[in-house]
Amino acid sequence: MKPILIRGGHLIDPATGIDAPHDILLEDGKVAAIDKPGKIKRKDAEILDASGLVVAPGLVDIHVHLREPGQGYKETIASGTAAAAAGGFTSVCCMPNTIPVNDSPEITRWMLAPERNAVIRVFPISAATVGSMGEKLTNYPALKKSGAVGVSDDGKPILGDEIMFECLKAATRYRLPVIQHTEDTRLTAGCSMNAGPVAFRLGLRGMTVESESSLAERDIALVRKVKGAHLHVAHLSSKKALDAVNAARNEGLHVTCEVAPHHFVLNEERIGDYDTNAKMNPPLRAESDRAAMIEGILQGRVDCIATDHAPHACHEKEQEFERAPNGITGLETALGLTISVLHKQHGMPLPSLLAMLTHRPAQVLSLTGRGTLAVGSHADVVLFDPNEKWTFRAKDSRSKSKNTPFDGYPMLGRVHTTISEGRIVFQR
Amino acid sequence: MVPIKKSPARSTRASAQPQLHPGSLVSVRELTPQRTRAILQLADKLEAEETLKRARRLLKRRVALLFYESSTRTRTSFELAAKSMSADTTLVSALSSSIEKGESLKDTGITLRALGAECIILRSPYSGAPYLLAQSTGLPVLNAGDGMHEHPSQALLDLRTMLRFLGIKSAKLNEKSLKGVTVTICGDIFHSRVARSNALLLPKLGARVVLCGPTPLLPDLATTLGPGVSIERNFDSSLKQSQIVMMLRIQAERLAGLSLDLDEYRSNYQANGERIAAHAPKALVMHPGPIIRGMEITSEVADGPQSAIAEQVSHGLAIRRALLLQALSPQPISGKRA
Ligand SMILES: [Zn+2]
Repeated sequence: MKPILIRGGHLIDPATGIDAPHDILLEDGKVAAIDKPGKIKRKDAEILDASGLVVAPGLVDIHVHLREPGQGYKETIASGTAAAAAGGFTSVCCMPNTIPVNDSPEITRWMLAPERNAVIRVFPISAATVGSMGEKLTNYPALKKSGAVGVSDDGKPILGDEIMFECLKAATRYRLPVIQHTEDTRLTAGCSMNAGPVAFRLGLRGMTVESESSLAERDIALVRKVKGAHLHVAHLSSKKALDAVNAARNEGLHVTCEVAPHHFVLNEERIGDYDTNAKMNPPLRAESDRAAMIEGILQGRVDCIATDHAPHACHEKEQEFERAPNGITGLETALGLTISVLHKQHGMPLPSLLAMLTHRPAQVLSLTGRGTLAVGSHADVVLFDPNEKWTFRAKDSRSKSKNTPFDGYPMLGRVHTTISEGRIVFQR
Repeated sequence: MVPIKKSPARSTRASAQPQLHPGSLVSVRELTPQRTRAILQLADKLEAEETLKRARRLLKRRVALLFYESSTRTRTSFELAAKSMSADTTLVSALSSSIEKGESLKDTGITLRALGAECIILRSPYSGAPYLLAQSTGLPVLNAGDGMHEHPSQALLDLRTMLRFLGIKSAKLNEKSLKGVTVTICGDIFHSRVARSNALLLPKLGARVVLCGPTPLLPDLATTLGPGVSIERNFDSSLKQSQIVMMLRIQAERLAGLSLDLDEYRSNYQANGERIAAHAPKALVMHPGPIIRGMEITSEVADGPQSAIAEQVSHGLAIRRALLLQALSPQPISGKRA
């Protein structure tokens, strides 16, 4: 593999605090050198001209659904990681709600096998309980050894107090974070969108924000009892839950959270006349909650941004709203939405914004050597033009699925090149 | 605190959903006072028309009735309306078709269109289903009730019943026609598509709608349906304000987990002779059916002189003729839409 020398770009590495014109040399899959423009000389290197572009650590998404094994018609590890690369991501953590559920080292290893043709690095999150049934813990040490970076029953939250307590204890013993989809599903049966005026008018049963915050609070209460436990709240969507997470943090507990771009870009009105491409779980919330997500991000009360990329086939979304599955794709729209809303509209500096997409998510799941351009870390790099305006077209997506509410949506900031461990995996 | 700039969420649809066929009626939100008037006038015209002339109106036109829920009143009413204008009707119901085998609404719609259907009347347990059907077939779709969402033809027939009672001519209908009129809708508002359609339509014509019922069946946010809609928990005081009272049944099949003391419900919200005589002796009493006698309404009231229940049914036929003719006309009857 030829070394790559990226020249003329503006390098932003939030982890090391670099925000200046710098060249960077990638060699043997690692960051080999960073220096002032023109300082690094390498005759044998492939030169990438990055003038006018930001050079940043490859983005890290700690919440995606790659659908393999079992639902290759929605997405495969190959297609999902290709979409990720096109969106500037070089590390993705995939949720275990596959068929069968990823609750064993065998399945975890199967996902990581070279035959899956992942173009970027995949980090499986294994099921916290067998079959994600919420009854019996999976084998945490064995899962960790096979490559799992966390445990979660995403989509099927762990409701039982006892089993959640056991889960936190075991995960802590093996230094695994517990990622919880905090939804008390006993309160949301039959619900298909956020509770409120829109749901009432549409005649749809609504999920309250309390169904999210109450389970987060229950989990936090359990974290208090398990010294050293790390709880990560997935796709947090309400002010109430965000306040709960931050209160826990202020108490000194290790509780982190992520917010998905759709929860700070859209509100429940986007459902319009039952657009199933605006149906996901947690649902698009009220405008006040959307504003609270932005405020939380700007104030540093949110740890990271994660997409909850959830591909579904066209025929599955072309159903009655209540029957259509939850979820939208998100890998190719995350950066353009984040820059356009957080940076352009709300003035969030690019380095802070990139931190939410790079070293902070890497930190949450302890992905060492990811999400930073520090010398010696993995040569995961994204080159993007932060000022390029473009329009996302679902039909051009590399994902197998096109279920997005952002088809035809204006974006700011466009990925030009993505490099994973020193290999160019996407170039426009 | 970091100052948060006001930036409205971009809730507008970037990629527009396909337009519905202009002959469709899915929600009363599509109805302006003008279009409402046009439908009512057309209903009057068809009702007065000589039978043989009317019978040529939709000669050999094909109408499909797609019913995923059982229905007596609405289905029969649409069917008779279509037949009175000589349209061919096909009934597809959940129990007698490939729906049972898991065929999607989209595919069923495409199949019906391929078989020659020119208009589909849909009853579905799922809110919003008519939009999906209209988009995937491009045909005019008449919503005969979708989940807890809407039942627009019911709201129109209710309106016709009210106008007769109030002595207002269809031709005079505008956004002020019902000024000063208060309509109480009492019962299981939360689960009722009839309540939603009425509460959205009547204020457009100047009426005040008072919703009445206990909180589990009538959440406070019901007032957000729109201007002109308010809540009164005390049935007696809402009756006192009303010229018209519409009773709804408790939809046991949709209650899902709500516990309700039915005796208490009866004592607070039942339309019985004593209560009506005391608080609304001149009001028109309506009910979209099916009635659960002895629950939300007593026989004394349902069969009494103030009851318009049977009349409502006959207005249903007139309204559905107009909707069908409009759906199958080359141009929408009233050119203007909201
Ligand atoms: Zn989830």
